[in-house]
Amino acid sequence: MKAAPFEYSRVADIDEACALLATDDGARVIAGGQTLVPMMAMRLARPTRLIDINRIAALSYIRLEDDALAIGATTRQSLVERSALVKETLPLLAHAVPHIGHAATRARGTVGGSIANADPAAELPLIAITLDATFNVRGGGKTSDIAARDFFVGPMVTALPEGAILAAVRFPVWRGDRIGVGFHEVNARRSDFAFVSAAAQVAMKADGTCERIAIGVGAVTDFPMRLDSAEQALQGTALDDDAVRAAVSQALAGIEALEDLHASATYRQRVAIKLATRAIIDAREHAHGRPPHAH
Amino acid sequence: MRIKLDINGTVQEVDTEPRTTLLDCLRDNLNLKGAHAGCEHGVCGACTVLFDGEAVRSCLMFAAQAEGTPIVTIEGVSPGPGELSPIQDAFCETHGMQCGYCTPAMVLVAHALLADNPNPKREDIVDAISGNLCRCTGYAQIIDAIALAAERLRGDNRPAELRS
Repeated sequence: MKAAPFEYSRVADIDEACALLATDDGARVIAGGQTLVPMMAMRLARPTRLIDINRIAALSYIRLEDDALAIGATTRQSLVERSALVKETLPLLAHAVPHIGHAATRARGTVGGSIANADPAAELPLIAITLDATFNVRGGGKTSDIAARDFFVGPMVTALPEGAILAAVRFPVWRGDRIGVGFHEVNARRSDFAFVSAAAQVAMKADGTCERIAIGVGAVTDFPMRLDSAEQALQGTALDDDAVRAAVSQALAGIEALEDLHASATYRQRVAIKLATRAIIDAREHAHGRPPHAH
Repeated sequence: MRIKLDINGTVQEVDTEPRTTLLDCLRDNLNLKGAHAGCEHGVCGACTVLFDGEAVRSCLMFAAQAEGTPIVTIEGVSPGPGELSPIQDAFCETHGMQCGYCTPAMVLVAHALLADNPNPKREDIVDAISGNLCRCTGYAQIIDAIALAAERLRGDNRPAELRS
């Protein structure tokens, strides 16, 4: 379990990292390394050069930018977990982060690293998809934005252009008095990879109807999916339990779920319906200022 | 490549390959064998060290990446030769170990937890050690050890007349 030899470059800024990436086909960027290093130890990854972006101070921050919370790519997951600003502005992210690995991996693991890695079961891509996050990408001296919905292409495959590096993630912040969130996942042990995960965020009106709703499901398909048809069906309703269950079941009826030795496709689909339903009901109760139901 | 590592309060220079993990560097270059090589791919937690005060896996980091950041290993937690830290003491008293393979990592995780949260609930302790595998104890005595150490570090075992 020892990595194959490679060259090591510690860079001072992102453009230096991009330049190195462009000159060396076998080069890879290392951030927290909590996925890349074990892959290298098992020789499933054999980069010829590691470009270490951990010391780029300008890539680690959590700050409000207009109507979004911007998080720098190398911001540690543990920092997000402890951030009062995240709790206040992105309660859904705050709910999900403690589910990422365990404390020792969150201390090193980064926000950008998990998103660029694009594991279908990872929590951060699910939250990014659910909240319509935007990914800020730097490459060839230029900066561009990619919407979360366009970024994930397949399991561990993204639309990140060659030679480019993810610089920041912008999560839109919902403002209002009746915002509620719900998050659930099922795995063999806490801190393990999710078999199924579900996230929901709702904004309710004073009359008890739903003004806005976003629902995402992770670990079930090649990359996290939004339940668009359920969102359309549920907007404007009171999010009654039965209506939620029916809308979610319909949205997940025709999907081709992933299958592995831990969980069959049928299991994943069935649990996805349950967890998405629970996440929405939790979000509704949360928005109304009530404690979560016992499901 | 030559790198400088800040280990247990002393800066040491080592000659190592980029591919050498912090774990292998500690064990092979610096002869600090307290960080244990278990799974070497981030699952078991036996290689835990404190990196800038936080518990991390030394097998999931290359030594070159650790340059300039203070690192504490199990060899650095006792107050003096032949002495034990209050947390190590508590592990002895509650029999928080059997074979000892996971123990240095468990002690370091407890150090990180109690530095951050002097009054942990049982669930906090369980959560803190959830990334560390123990194949002997069934974890119960480890949890007891950390709870006892927390109580002592808070000063709860001072003589009654000195308690506030």
